Amino acid sequence: MEYKDYYKVMGVERDATQAQIKRAYRKLARKYHPDINKESDAEVRFKEVGEAYAVLKDPEKRVAYDQLGSNWQGGQDFHPPPNWDQGFEFHGGDAEQFNAEQFSDFFESLYGQASARGFDEQTNRELHRRGEDTHAKVVIDLEDAYKGATRTITLKHTVLSADGRPQLKERKLNVHIPKGIRQGQHIRLAKQGSAGMGRGEAGDLYLQIEFQAHDLYHIEGGDVYLDFPVAPWEAALGTKVKVPTPTGTVEMVIPENSSSGRKLRLKGRGVPGKQSGDFYVIIQIALPPADNELAKAAYRKMKEELAFNPRAHLGV
Amino acid sequence: MTNKDLLALFIGEVVEEDVSLTLNQISRFCDAPVEQIVEIVEEGIVEPDGEDVESWRFQGICVQRIRFVLRMERDLGVNVAGAALALELLEELEWLRGRIKRLGHEYE
Repeated sequence: MEYKDYYKVMGVERDATQAQIKRAYRKLARKYHPDINKESDAEVRFKEVGEAYAVLKDPEKRVAYDQLGSNWQGGQDFHPPPNWDQGFEFHGGDAEQFNAEQFSDFFESLYGQASARGFDEQTNRELHRRGEDTHAKVVIDLEDAYKGATRTITLKHTVLSADGRPQLKERKLNVHIPKGIRQGQHIRLAKQGSAGMGRGEAGDLYLQIEFQAHDLYHIEGGDVYLDFPVAPWEAALGTKVKVPTPTGTVEMVIPENSSSGRKLRLKGRGVPGKQSGDFYVIIQIALPPADNELAKAAYRKMKEELAFNPRAHLGV
Repeated sequence: MTNKDLLALFIGEVVEEDVSLTLNQISRFCDAPVEQIVEIVEEGIVEPDGEDVESWRFQGICVQRIRFVLRMERDLGVNVAGAALALELLEELEWLRGRIKRLGHEYE
């Protein structure tokens, strides 16, 4: 088991006042809160900080922790000395915001699982309690949202075994992905969350939909965008082109004098739904390389025959 | 995992579109007392359909917004107004991030 340096986690000195600890916690909690910080390690950091604060904000726990001495380094192999907490009286953990499974082995070896779980017992007085709602992410392809699909998802969750040790369990579910689902929406599967306590019914499972990044399209809500390269003469003179969409190839007219960045809309061809999104083609003018004499000659001819100053609006 | 689960096909509901909840239902869903939900409504964070409290109907999307506010209050100690501000700023940030991603893609 690794020793955890809670002072280091919080970025405070060992002799910090309770007020300084609280301030440090608030700052770090804001910084690493998984709702706010989208970095992948934010959640881990947030839990670390929460655990450190659960110990340091409680004078009893803090004094007991300090008894371990200051010679330990974070990450060092740690075994609590026998009877290390002799003579300390703890008054049930009140780290109301944290959930027992989130605490490290280190915390549990010091304060025990009972302490970590105490608040669970505190906040839920009745024995019959509805199970917790659980959340998971499902990554789907854009095409699934257009057509609907069935996905087999694997969920990992921790359960406490008979001897009270947490175990990782896997379960697979076949889930129907309805046509028209959007990025960020949630599918609720009733009673597929955590089991209830006593006669309480199971919680619900919420699946958050995320689209796999697509090679061609990007998606905003129900709208789908495609970057679409055209030759300079196609943009200048107008033409009819074939455009790939998730539901198949369609023909589209590029109007003459189209500039780069122009958005052409194919109404209702975005993600379907009660209000179907639109499909946007974004024109990008691709320049033919001047890598041979013929191409260079063509560019020279344009230079001679077109009075074109692309920087006219800059006044130079 | 059991074979039974694998055979079964779970058809859920899209929270943002299909679900409509009463005040009591949403309070249970979000694990928060009714008074707290009312406070969140009064702040204008979610807007249920219906005139008076008894006839309030919450769209499923409200669940996510209410849960966000509850987490902000619990984890960061902000009040409802602060949580509402954070929610709006984060939504704007997300929109801007999406936009940057799209523009970046266009001009790369």
